[in-house]
Amino acid sequence: MTRSELQSPELEAVEVHGTTRAGFIMRGALAAGAAYGASAVTPFVRDAFASSGGGDVDILNFALTLEYLESDFYLHKAKSVGLSGEAKSLAAMFGEQEQAHVTALMTTIKHAGGTPVKRPSFMFPATDQASFLKLAYTLENVGVGAYNGAAPSISNKEILAAAGSIVQTEARHAAAIGLLIHKPVTPNGPFDVPLSKSKVLAKAGPLISKG
Amino acid sequence: MTDRIDPVESTNDGVVMELARDDLERKRFLKMAGRGMGAGAAATALGAFIAACGGSSSSSSSSSAPAATGTASTSSSASASASASGGNDLPIVNYALTLEYLEAQFYDEVAKSGLFHGATLATLKRFGTEEHAHVAALKGVADKLGTPAAKPMGKFPLHSASQVAKLAATVENLGASAYLGQAGNIKSKEILAAALAIHTVEARHASTLNSMLKMTPTPDGAFARPMTMAQVLKVVKPFIA
Repeated sequence: MTRSELQSPELEAVEVHGTTRAGFIMRGALAAGAAYGASAVTPFVRDAFASSGGGDVDILNFALTLEYLESDFYLHKAKSVGLSGEAKSLAAMFGEQEQAHVTALMTTIKHAGGTPVKRPSFMFPATDQASFLKLAYTLENVGVGAYNGAAPSISNKEILAAAGSIVQTEARHAAAIGLLIHKPVTPNGPFDVPLSKSKVLAKAGPLISKG
Repeated sequence: MTDRIDPVESTNDGVVMELARDDLERKRFLKMAGRGMGAGAAATALGAFIAACGGSSSSSSSSSAPAATGTASTSSSASASASASGGNDLPIVNYALTLEYLEAQFYDEVAKSGLFHGATLATLKRFGTEEHAHVAALKGVADKLGTPAAKPMGKFPLHSASQVAKLAATVENLGASAYLGQAGNIKSKEILAAALAIHTVEARHASTLNSMLKMTPTPDGAFARPMTMAQVLKVVKPFIA
């Protein structure tokens, strides 16, 4: 399995709709990364911020945005595309599960003293069942990488457990769809590759039409 | 609230930076991993890991720095070095290693059983190869932390294709639950990152096998359930000779 097979040309080819897509995540999440480049971050700084608890809310809001995206995709885009057979039943089931993730993350964010980000609007370049499933496969695999990339930074053990529980479900979705469309069920081989926030944004950002 | 580090980048600063920085350690990892999947694949996997982690930022101070800094940061440096050593994680790593040994043996026997052919056999072989890579990686980590668990001898009932497929699904669902059950107990962020990377692969295996058996890929619904070590070992015990 080469690195290039992990890329998602169908996402990269997407036209960015509107000019405000950067607004949503850039504001809350990316700003932090820009302020502190990886090279400037020492373990001390990391520990200090991690122990403040604020970091967890940012991670949760980032996850919430991805779950908004996934739930919207399965619950709304699936209808406009029109699915049938196993694709239809999987999309319905996964959509409900993504929506449950949305609800749980919103509750957790509030519980942690934060404010959940608003649901942005999305633009999905799927026109039929085949392109829908291909995009679903990409989104789920990005979701797995996003959670795996962020989870080690979570300082609260309960939040980490919740993230672990959710990412396992995302991985199960990714494999089920992979099996359905004859794509690798383990596209990263034995070790799922964690994705940095900027890599996730590069993949998922083009689907966000306005903040 | 505005001055916050990017959580992903900051983790990554720690996670595989260690491997990237410590050439000996990296060679060791590659050697260990190489037994399971071939050096080329191992290098690719590790390279991807490091790349994803943004670990090339060599100017960042590493976890070896705490000793040289002031007293004001005593507590955080103590926790940072404890975290880097991951000494307390050895029992968890050995627990995972034991499960992976059993999974790898199971798939080896399944592949030789003659019960499967074609695409199904290819899938099962692929999963076996991946479990072997997990064994190699975990053994490498356990070696670093102390003494790796001894390789258990598995005994698996292999009667029919459908029975074996169900057993495989059971094993993988159990494995996913076992990793999830330990996530909150792992001290070292590096080891946590590795466990997460394996956890979702077990989940992928479980989902695939469930789907092939016409069972739901998400038996726990939206939120996968963890299992404790005691719960897992109880299920596993009959499969240890």
